[in-house]
Amino acid sequence: MTLNELNALRKKARDHIYMVGLKRAARIQIGYGTCGIAAGAKPVYNAFIKKIEEYNIPNVTVVKVGCMGECAFEPIVEIVESDGTKTIYCSVNERMSSEIFEEHVLKGQRLDKYLLSKTKR
Amino acid sequence: MLDRMHILICGGPDCKDKSIPIRDAFKANIKKHHLENEVSAVITGCFGLCALGPHILIYPGEILYSGVSEENIQEIFEEHVMKNNPVERLLYRGKFDRMKLKNRSELTFFAQQERIVLRNCGTINPLDINEYIGRDGYMALAKVLTEMTPEEVISEVKKSGLRGRGGGGFPTGLKWEFAKKSISDEKYVVCNADEGDPGAFMDRAVLEGDPHTVLEAMAICGYAIGSHTGYIYIRAEYPVAVERLEIAIGQAKKLGLLGKNIFESGFDFDIEIRLGAGAFVCGEETALMASIEGERGMPRKKPPFPAVKGLFGKPTNVNNVETFANIPPIFLKGADWFKSIGTEKSSGTKVFALGGKIANTGLLEVPMGTTLREVIFDIGGGIPNNKKFKAVQTGGPSGGCITEEMLDTPIDFDNLIALGSMMGSGGMIVMDEDTCMVDVARFYLEFTVDESCGKCTPCREGTKRMLDILNRICQGRGNLDDLNILERLARIIKNSSLCGLGQTAPNPVLSTLKYFKDEYIAHVTDKVCPAGVCSKLTKYVILDNCIGCTKCAKNCPVGAITGNVKEKHKINSKLCTKCGVCKSICPVEAISTKPEKWRAIYAKAN
Ligand SMILES: Cc1cc2nc3c(=O)[nH]c(=O)nc-3n(C[C@H](O)[C@H](O)[C@H](O)COP(=O)(O)O)c2cc1C
Ligand code: SF4
Ligand code: SF4
Ligand code: SF4
Ligand code: FES
Repeated sequence: MTLNELNALRKKARDHIYMVGLKRAARIQIGYGTCGIAAGAKPVYNAFIKKIEEYNIPNVTVVKVGCMGECAFEPIVEIVESDGTKTIYCSVNERMSSEIFEEHVLKGQRLDKYLLSKTKR
Repeated sequence: MLDRMHILICGGPDCKDKSIPIRDAFKANIKKHHLENEVSAVITGCFGLCALGPHILIYPGEILYSGVSEENIQEIFEEHVMKNNPVERLLYRGKFDRMKLKNRSELTFFAQQERIVLRNCGTINPLDINEYIGRDGYMALAKVLTEMTPEEVISEVKKSGLRGRGGGGFPTGLKWEFAKKSISDEKYVVCNADEGDPGAFMDRAVLEGDPHTVLEAMAICGYAIGSHTGYIYIRAEYPVAVERLEIAIGQAKKLGLLGKNIFESGFDFDIEIRLGAGAFVCGEETALMASIEGERGMPRKKPPFPAVKGLFGKPTNVNNVETFANIPPIFLKGADWFKSIGTEKSSGTKVFALGGKIANTGLLEVPMGTTLREVIFDIGGGIPNNKKFKAVQTGGPSGGCITEEMLDTPIDFDNLIALGSMMGSGGMIVMDEDTCMVDVARFYLEFTVDESCGKCTPCREGTKRMLDILNRICQGRGNLDDLNILERLARIIKNSSLCGLGQTAPNPVLSTLKYFKDEYIAHVTDKVCPAGVCSKLTKYVILDNCIGCTKCAKNCPVGAITGNVKEKHKINSKLCTKCGVCKSICPVEAISTKPEKWRAIYAKAN
């Protein structure tokens, strides 16, 4: 690879991560470190994948990411939207995943009761 | 609980010099008006508006002031904080939407953190190299290989002031220079991912969340010192990290970011993974190299240092995972930027794994120079259940405990050593009034006794003897002379052990002896355990706040508790087997194991 090729790749990847040029796109980031997996991130990940297949909606991706540091509140799901809004849900399980998907991702309704800030004292 | 008002002060590179006096001015005002519980003032990372700094952001309302100075604080405090009238004249004029912080947990947990090492953790997909590249991944390597000479690379690392995060704090640039100066046909770069401290998982988080950053840094190091082969030594108990590293190495090779002729510079570099069996001593660099060579993981004599004669007898540079993770940002943003973060002698940030009796267990990254109090109480959320803070242990089994009086010490390598502890790799265990300090010392010593490789007699036998004594003390069979023997043994072990394990093993005992001698004395002369932990020295008693719910009496397996409904109950200590059931189910915490005198002391402190 040359420097120019790296730069081109970088631009493409950057646009992808930040959902440049997409409207109403979302990136569902799931904490998938050892702590997250131990707390049950796997069924949560699968639940989101299933929902995306079920609704067959474009521009929504599920991404496994590393530990965000809030290990006591895993599994953690962060919804990053194309307008830059970020929402962090904590202690998510399969049932909550469906709810978060249907309310937040599909309808744009934030579920305040599951927010990290609400749980943490 | 949401603070009534939360004041964030930019502590980024450009605002930094002014932010401390500003914060202190706020704190002085807060104190003057006794608003400690309602208003907090903390220093945060860069706001991204550096030209107009310093900035202050006040919640609620997300009101931003810019270009403020110390003199304006009085006015802002009196008008905005006290009367809720923002001072129009000083407000920032312009669009501000970068930091859309929505709530307090994001404020305290994330805003006060400066993320360099963990910049990508929890944001990118570690299984996809493109996501790393999208966040400027491998740009630092490209820059180094296409624009810089190895000498320039080393001088940049030296200039950054980066010091090893594996525990010792040795200047990284200097280490690289030593390895470069050694002449040899073959040299090695080794990444130490053994991470053996109990309670530490910072390196694991980096490897699982952002494996490419370590690969990129190792290649940069290889170029600087003239090496073409890297090894990552990682414990087999980290299967997720191992798998992600393997995938990352595979992807990097496929794109030509590792392998032959990287960026057409003629530089070749390959990385292999070596699995360790998880012995603590294998984290020591010479033992680690012995283990990679297939020998038994035992430390070797230094000198010769690894930079001269290391792996397979060749010059070798060993760095910790977190040390490496700092390298790409240094080249992307410059050594001056890095140097501007942290303190004079310890630049950059440090990642800590916060655990023990703390509200928010987890991983955090703060600039060096942050105080322990800020880490434990502001970011960590303090001690749960209204218990009293007792001490914090840093540096794991090699470190020591730090008490309340010293919590305002800014964290850096040298300050922690001056306090009798050390930075270590970053485990931070918080202890409260229910923790017995003799028991803590015993816990760490038990660990080192297990982990000593047995090469040196003082480390092998001496630690065992110390442990015997501590066990005796915890069982109520100790005497005052034991404390002197502990100190003498500690001195001998420290002075006559070959490697860092033995040299530091007595530290937890020495520091608890120093700061909590009264607890030791309570164990050996009064035969009581102040925290109510050592079971031989404790007695379960029911206090006056018992509401007579009868729960404990119903659940005691040996029928040791008697009493009438709605009346204070009583434990027959002749029958009690100290199983702890009653204490854990009492709805009003009326059952205590602490001796009376110490209950009074803790009550007063609260
Ligand atoms: C008993 C013992 C255990 C150690 N364990 C580790 C470890 O788990 N990880 C680590 O990076 N360094 C560990 N070290 C420190 C290493 O010997 C070495 O100093 C370090 O890897 C150098 O990297 P740095 O300069 O980047 O800190 C240990 C040292 C001793 C004495
Ligand atoms: S000090 Fe302890 S761990 Fe280190 S070489 Fe000696 S016996 Fe082994
Ligand atoms: S500690 Fe166990 S045995 Fe003793 S009184 Fe309580 S429940 Fe009964
Ligand atoms: S459980 Fe607690 S409150 Fe209830 S009777 Fe026992 S000591 Fe008293
Ligand atoms: S340094 Fe203050 S905004 Fe960047």
